[in-house]
Amino acid sequence: MKEINDLIGKKSEWLKGQGPHSDIAISTRIRIARNIKGHVYFYSADDEARRASLDRVTEAMRKSRYFNKALFISIRDLEEVDRYFLIERHLMSREHLEDAEHKGLVVGNDEAVSAMINEEDHIRLQVMRSGSDLTDAWKLIDEIDTELSSFLKYDYSTRFGYLTSCPTNTGTGMRASVMLHLAALVMTRQIEKVFDAISKLGLTMRGFYGEGTAAIGDFFQISNQQTLGYSESDIIDNLQRVIAKIIKKEKETREQLIENQKEVVTDRVHRSYGTLKSARIITSAEAVKLLSAVRLGADLGLLDGIVPFDMNELLLSMQPAHLQKMEGKLLQSQDRDIRRADLIRDKLGVDSGR
Amino acid sequence: MKCDICGIREASVHLTEVINGRTAKMHICDRCAKEKSEEMQSHFGLTDLLSGLMDMSPSGASGRMDAGESRKCPVCGMNYFDFQKTGRLGCGKCYEEFAGELSELLKKIHGSDRHVGKAPYGAACPESEQEDLKKLKKELDKLVREEQYEKAALLRDRIKEIEDGFNGEEKK
Repeated sequence: MKEINDLIGKKSEWLKGQGPHSDIAISTRIRIARNIKGHVYFYSADDEARRASLDRVTEAMRKSRYFNKALFISIRDLEEVDRYFLIERHLMSREHLEDAEHKGLVVGNDEAVSAMINEEDHIRLQVMRSGSDLTDAWKLIDEIDTELSSFLKYDYSTRFGYLTSCPTNTGTGMRASVMLHLAALVMTRQIEKVFDAISKLGLTMRGFYGEGTAAIGDFFQISNQQTLGYSESDIIDNLQRVIAKIIKKEKETREQLIENQKEVVTDRVHRSYGTLKSARIITSAEAVKLLSAVRLGADLGLLDGIVPFDMNELLLSMQPAHLQKMEGKLLQSQDRDIRRADLIRDKLGVDSGR
Repeated sequence: MKCDICGIREASVHLTEVINGRTAKMHICDRCAKEKSEEMQSHFGLTDLLSGLMDMSPSGASGRMDAGESRKCPVCGMNYFDFQKTGRLGCGKCYEEFAGELSELLKKIHGSDRHVGKAPYGAACPESEQEDLKKLKKELDKLVREEQYEKAALLRDRIKEIEDGFNGEEKK
């Protein structure tokens, strides 16, 4: 699809590097799960029922003023590289690739608003914001949801709330999360304590890159776990409070690092920068790790005199599907690692040396 | 030692699973181990945690489970046993059909089985309605104590109206 190529040059909302606490909080995301009354859920539905729910939701979304000028994508029609491209941009989940028939994706103008149709629930609506901005994100998604509910009758009961395919989403159907860059807490080995504290508060924390808790590059996503028995604003307040505390702790730790271990940190930051500037082959795991250190260094003012570059954007564009989209063809793993190194040197203002 | 799964090939992989404090040992051959690990990868996570929770629940005890197995959701045809396997419900009607079992499960997952958040456009807000009902019932008690039966009868009808409207969705 040609329109998907247009996304490459555009900046995702969540990469703007603005918003509250954008030095530590990369982005905020809220998603809500909704199903429409009288339609069987995707996994239990046959072909015809799946098509019916896709049509029904698509029709309602086309009426919505929030999806005016939106891109309506049929997952079945997507080329493989485009599918992964959209996953890397956080516009859809990996699960959305399975059973691609009768699945849709709607991408709003600036990618701040999007929706998966017929993932495990009929609707998975999402709003993204840069920085830590849960209140604003909730306000917007609440408005869109209310408008949609005037076009569609949702599966809802006064007792259980919004009904979802998986009972872990029942109630508000809402999952709110903030992605944080906790480089100093990782460096000082305090991140485990944060993990422990978070799980006691009914929240979860997972690595943003890499599998499970084995996070690469100090990026973590913190989200609510419970969706029933608490109102949306209570869930958001609670999450907001915890996020604020973690941000404060990370900031304090960064200050302590500068005070007590300035040479060690400066060494680490400049070595990372040096490697990024000179590498000819680099895996995405290594690049994320090094960029994380450079991002920390930039915030601490340890990288004076470097060519400023957009770190958030680079973290996205160096991922496999993005590299292949920019190259306009499929690349083998090693070729990708070469292109990635080229791209990074280019963004860092180094002559390509090729 | 023969493989616990196929019973043919020699066991070379020894697995220990700890589920809810119960330890289960398995001795399996390479090929079955590979299959099992693929199976574990595709299923492990949420679904297993859910079935773990369901096994612990009193309603998940074998006697009740048989009942759940035979009782099918009239809309999507799912029974509770299917749900335990997949961790996914089939449709909105399932929530009514298996309300008892789900209530227990939801309490385990979320610590609650009552929604207090947002309601869709046009639906009654559960929170404010419940509040209203509480107040009205208190008032009714007061009127009865004061022997103002005429007023009490009117109020009783009003409460019933709200309750019917409130339950209307679920009774259907």
